[in-house]
Amino acid sequence: MTAGLLGRVVDFAHALRAAAVPVSSAEEIDAARVLAAVDLTDRDQLREGLAAAMVKRAAHRRAFDVLFDLWFPAAVGEPTVLPASVPDGAPDGAPDGSPGDPDALRDALRGRLRALLLDADDEALRHFAREAVALLGRTDQPGRQSWFTYRVLRRLSPETLVASLLDALLAGERGGFAEKLARTTVEERLAAFREHVDAEVRRRVAEERGAEQVGKHSVPPLVDQVDFLRATRDDLAALRRTVHPLARRLATRLAARRRHGKTGRLDVRRTVRASLATGGVPIVTHHRPRRPHKPQLVVLTDVSGSTAGFAHFTLLLTTALREQFSKVRAFAFIDTCDEVTRLLGPGIELADGVSRMAREADLVWFDGHSDYGHAFEVFAERWPDAVGPDTSLLILGDARNNYRSPGLPTLRRLVGAARHAYWLNPEPARHWGSGDSLAPVYGEVLPMVECRNAAQLTRFVAELLPD
Amino acid sequence: MPHSPQFASVDDVTARLRATGYLADEATATTVFLADRLGKPLLVEGPAGVGKTELAKAVAAATGAELVRLQCYEGIDEARALYEWNYRKQLLRLQIGADREWDEVQGDIFGEEFLLARPLLSAIRRDGATVLLVDETDKADVEVEGLLLEVLGDFQVTIPELGTIAAVRRPFTVLTSNATRELSEALKRRCLYLYLDYPSAERELEIVLTRVPEAPAALAEQIVRAVRTLRTLELKKAPSIAETLDWVRTLLALGADTLDEATALRTLGVVVKYATDAEKAAGSLGLN
Repeated sequence: MTAGLLGRVVDFAHALRAAAVPVSSAEEIDAARVLAAVDLTDRDQLREGLAAAMVKRAAHRRAFDVLFDLWFPAAVGEPTVLPASVPDGAPDGAPDGSPGDPDALRDALRGRLRALLLDADDEALRHFAREAVALLGRTDQPGRQSWFTYRVLRRLSPETLVASLLDALLAGERGGFAEKLARTTVEERLAAFREHVDAEVRRRVAEERGAEQVGKHSVPPLVDQVDFLRATRDDLAALRRTVHPLARRLATRLAARRRHGKTGRLDVRRTVRASLATGGVPIVTHHRPRRPHKPQLVVLTDVSGSTAGFAHFTLLLTTALREQFSKVRAFAFIDTCDEVTRLLGPGIELADGVSRMAREADLVWFDGHSDYGHAFEVFAERWPDAVGPDTSLLILGDARNNYRSPGLPTLRRLVGAARHAYWLNPEPARHWGSGDSLAPVYGEVLPMVECRNAAQLTRFVAELLPD
Repeated sequence: MPHSPQFASVDDVTARLRATGYLADEATATTVFLADRLGKPLLVEGPAGVGKTELAKAVAAATGAELVRLQCYEGIDEARALYEWNYRKQLLRLQIGADREWDEVQGDIFGEEFLLARPLLSAIRRDGATVLLVDETDKADVEVEGLLLEVLGDFQVTIPELGTIAAVRRPFTVLTSNATRELSEALKRRCLYLYLDYPSAERELEIVLTRVPEAPAALAEQIVRAVRTLRTLELKKAPSIAETLDWVRTLLALGADTLDEATALRTLGVVVKYATDAEKAAGSLGLN
């Protein structure tokens, strides 16, 4: 390890890179210049200064904050427990973690937590979180000891304080509008407390095992890197927030490119008229605006259990792209196919759309396992005019066909009729072709692209999707 | 190129921005201080209506600098951003001097007199204190970013006929972006970065009380809380600070001194701008 503060920053930059935050050497040099400019005794200034130099995307900020707390901890060792903060009636609430009476200590701590949550003093809350971790967060298993967030949160169970906090904030008047507002405030503060406990636990573990070790595991993956197929419920919620602006970004990008293509034919009348100002010399040529080509998009999505998380997001994207493409038609299938366009229109909540799709659309024909061959045949038969020379066809699915007939002739015909056709596959490319996957077979008919996370989806639309 | 920092410390930034009516948090003040001290452009990203453009104006007011603004839009080009030759005037000049030698005229028509300076060039040529604001950078095309690289990296502009014009005095540069598209890595590398998010509840309350001093504190607090609740919903357009202020002013104009269900429902249109959003907001605030 390099010595000194500068060395610390260099190590910190390495840790950021390991957490997929790109920090260039130029930015490292800036960080060093920041060190010389800020007041080093003010930790917040150091944090914001380094962030300004090293973090250039909002999505990277969380990883930065987690690692900053590990590399530049606010304090080391045990928190100082001021005599005044040892609660009355908690006999010998000794800071060494062996309280005389655990229940009395717990109640006293809960009482203080309640007061702090009402107070909205973030600094005091942070200090309390550090004490609480020191008192409650340690496990002493023989041979090794460690620190855990869940021990603190289980003992204090802050969520059970919500009712009493709401009572205090509302002065007894419950219900309706006022309660909704108070609830937001309480939940914000509880979330802040949990965050403080988490940070303190990471710090204590890092003191024992080294920041490198902890940093490797404690940085959550960036939202756009989360695998669609493995996303947890929290990931899904975060992803939903990411995909919406992403879709808008993709839409503006498509629109901009279309509008800025080459200008159209020469407009002789306007050019001649304009040349009068320059004595008949046509210095500026005028062109007719190009007629915008508005392609149609047909999305065919596998919504069977194995790709459901993935389908959710592509359908969200479909909804957003509707504004750009003159006609977006969405079809869903499991082992048979149905049109779901009306369920995903603008102004319809996606969550409603997806649940209505499961309820109203006719997607299961035989046993509810994916059958691509049959789905393609039904699609071609029932909507023969859906795919035409203006249409871009987008097929979304893992191409796992449960060893059934692939329906290649139908797919070939569809692809042949469409202007462009792409297949987005949410499985890692190295698994394509294993087991019942027909990816290589379908991949010969139309280009198949790996699309496991939002980042890959962005790349697909920006680079591959033609004008 | 001489570079004279305008601010003495982070606290100095906070105090002087506050004097212009801009309440900066720690992150904003630190970043502005560093951008000034290191002489690097400052890229500010964040949702619409959190005061990105205001920040540039406040810095200009606090340092007594002149604000030069380049508003980006789709299709903006060199001729709009940097400089342009006034070809009409050049043509006239040529016609008047039709009998003169080419060499003589040529040196003449590519002179300062025929150069139309656009914001980037005029910001660089100014010798007084200057704040250069490149607004909504994300709206401009990728080619314009290439143009900005030379200007922001070295603070100089190369005009083939005149040579390279270097900045007399480095302008304090602010670029804003709503992140509708990702700016290029090369541009980001040259800038310090600030993500300006919606302010904390305390700061927003302070902003409301500074901007609308006649509002009662209890009402302001209620509204700030309501707006924060609205922001946690996934609305198509989350309410900005400007809309919080509008809501406070609306309620004052209606003579309401507290925000109850009925007034909230009646005035929801001030903060929520889509029909589906309004429905969702009314539902989750328990208004109907």
